[in-house]
Amino acid sequence: MKKTFKLEELDCANCAAKMENKIALLDGVNECRVSFMTGKMTMEIEQEKESEILKQAKKIIHKLEPEVIVTEL
Amino acid sequence: MTKKMKKRTWRIALGGILFIAAIVTEKLGSNLSENLILGIFLVAYFIIGGDVVKRAVKNIGTGQIFDENFLMTIATVGAFLVSEYPEAVAVMLFYQVGELFQDYAVHKSRRSIADLMNIRPDYANLITADGTIQKDPGEIHMGEKILVKPGERVPLDGVIVKGATSLDTSALTGESLPREAQIGQTVLSGCVNLTGTIEMETTKEYGDSTVAKILELVETAASRKAQSEDFITKFARIYTPVVVISATMLAIIPPLLTGGDWKVWIYRALTFLVISCPCALVISVPLSFFGGLGGAGRSGILIKGGNYLEALSEAGTIVFDKTGTLTKGTFQVTQVLATGCEQSELLEIAAYAELHSSHPIAVSLRDALACEMDETRVTESMEEAGYGVRTVVDGCTILAGNTKLMEKYGIPFENKESIKTVIHVAREQKYLGSISLSDELREDAIKGIGKIKQTGISRIVMLTGDRTAQAEEIAARLGITEVYAQLLPADKVEKMEEILASNEGRGKVIFVGDGINDAPVLARSDIGVAMGGIGSDAAIEAADLVIMNDQITKIATAIRISKKTIQIVKQNIVFAIGIKIFILLLAAIGMASMWAAVFADVGVAVIAILNAMRAMKRLND
Repeated sequence: MKKTFKLEELDCANCAAKMENKIALLDGVNECRVSFMTGKMTMEIEQEKESEILKQAKKIIHKLEPEVIVTEL
Repeated sequence: MTKKMKKRTWRIALGGILFIAAIVTEKLGSNLSENLILGIFLVAYFIIGGDVVKRAVKNIGTGQIFDENFLMTIATVGAFLVSEYPEAVAVMLFYQVGELFQDYAVHKSRRSIADLMNIRPDYANLITADGTIQKDPGEIHMGEKILVKPGERVPLDGVIVKGATSLDTSALTGESLPREAQIGQTVLSGCVNLTGTIEMETTKEYGDSTVAKILELVETAASRKAQSEDFITKFARIYTPVVVISATMLAIIPPLLTGGDWKVWIYRALTFLVISCPCALVISVPLSFFGGLGGAGRSGILIKGGNYLEALSEAGTIVFDKTGTLTKGTFQVTQVLATGCEQSELLEIAAYAELHSSHPIAVSLRDALACEMDETRVTESMEEAGYGVRTVVDGCTILAGNTKLMEKYGIPFENKESIKTVIHVAREQKYLGSISLSDELREDAIKGIGKIKQTGISRIVMLTGDRTAQAEEIAARLGITEVYAQLLPADKVEKMEEILASNEGRGKVIFVGDGINDAPVLARSDIGVAMGGIGSDAAIEAADLVIMNDQITKIATAIRISKKTIQIVKQNIVFAIGIKIFILLLAAIGMASMWAAVFADVGVAVIAILNAMRAMKRLND
């Protein structure tokens, strides 16, 4: 399934690239794209692992950029 | 400026003043103790870069040692330790100025793109028995009536049922001239109503309306990244660790081997750390692509991703489908030659035979009949792709199509060689006559092809289902030499495969179609371009690039935008990596101070960003 999130206060392009790489490695994530310019993250994930993936993804995002506010679209 | 930026500016200004004060005090050689001077430098340092230090400390806890905050902190704290106080503060100051600049540039370009795509309608005025109610466009259903006042944005696609107005379609097409619209005409969502109040009947739900489709497309565009974008993030991932490891070695090995001064080598190593931040690189590439996509959008060209922009810049061949692309695709009936019945009857039969076909010729025949059609008269309908149709009208089997259809069913017919499109009609195996239609070239077709040639595309090909004589006549007028005519829809895909194979090593292949019945070819080509995409869902779906209005000159504009963007990307990559390596070398042999390093680092970032923003500028057709 496809999920899109808005990442507010995303200020560091390199961090965005790191987020993308790390989240893409999570179990159950088929694809993850973080666009620094639009401040959006789109992921293609396995439905049954959704809640665990979201938890881990948010953890990764906040570790890299603590100020980012993640909201689902 | 955002609040965060303002805060940062104040901190930089305040810290900067204190920093200058500290330098002046030091230079005057006053009799203040060294500790006091160090104190002033430290205060300036923390005012300017306190947040960086804070984040760095936090990051150590999570093990992110290649984070830029951490690197800057190590470099500057190191400078304090080797008693280079002014350098420590200056490095932090420049770094913060650079960050501020970056934030500002990113903020500005994000904003201008947002403005550009600010076509989302906020509300719709639903007409009910008790007057109008403001509702969310998503809550309006198909077939409901809405009111659009002057100055309002059309919220859903629909047909005007009352009133007339002129519309500003610039958000959709990049076209600045207003378009007139009257009763019965289709109006697309996203346009702005300029002069009159109109009542519309919606023909689509919001989700299927043009405006929603475009927004969706633009939003997903940024997630399709170009190869050079991926290259630079991969490069950044290796670059930082390599520089940090080199710095460590630089600090340890030379003094051990030569017994030199530790302080000198540590200073050089710290300079390395300053240059190890990859942000200038990482930011400038996506910013350029984003700018290019935005600039194209402003000209009425929607590109579905940076990868397509990149491919477009490498195009060497362009293949056009003729009908609806080079020509308008709206046919005019020019001659009705009835041999087996009355002229009017022939036209009526032909129009009914083509009742269920979406082919442009069918649409034109129905338009030519110009009366309400009774659908029940058509009981059976079968499209024979590339030939025509076989239908049952009023209980009689009707064949309507080209000469091949007549030959297939063994019907004798009159064949006059003509450069026009001719539809032959037969009823119950008896030939009734033919209808000639002509298709007009688009106004800017000749100019458009000329412009495409100027962009450096060497091979221009035309594919068409028309007969050879007709196809060649049109191609000659346009200056196209490679023509493949009499192709069935399936043949077109095959031809495309052939062109792709023969084009190996000569750049990418663009296919331009109207998106109506050439979706497979659009998909097969390297870059599928749909013309006049506005209002056609199929085209927006199938193509990689959509020309919103129907100007062929826009294709050349798109190619030019792509070339310019890629050029900017390449400049940025070469420039940023080049300068960094150069300063690294200078630092290693002690020729670059930490000042020079941070200046180079920030300078590179700022120049790269300013360069990237050029991509956003609108190009003239």
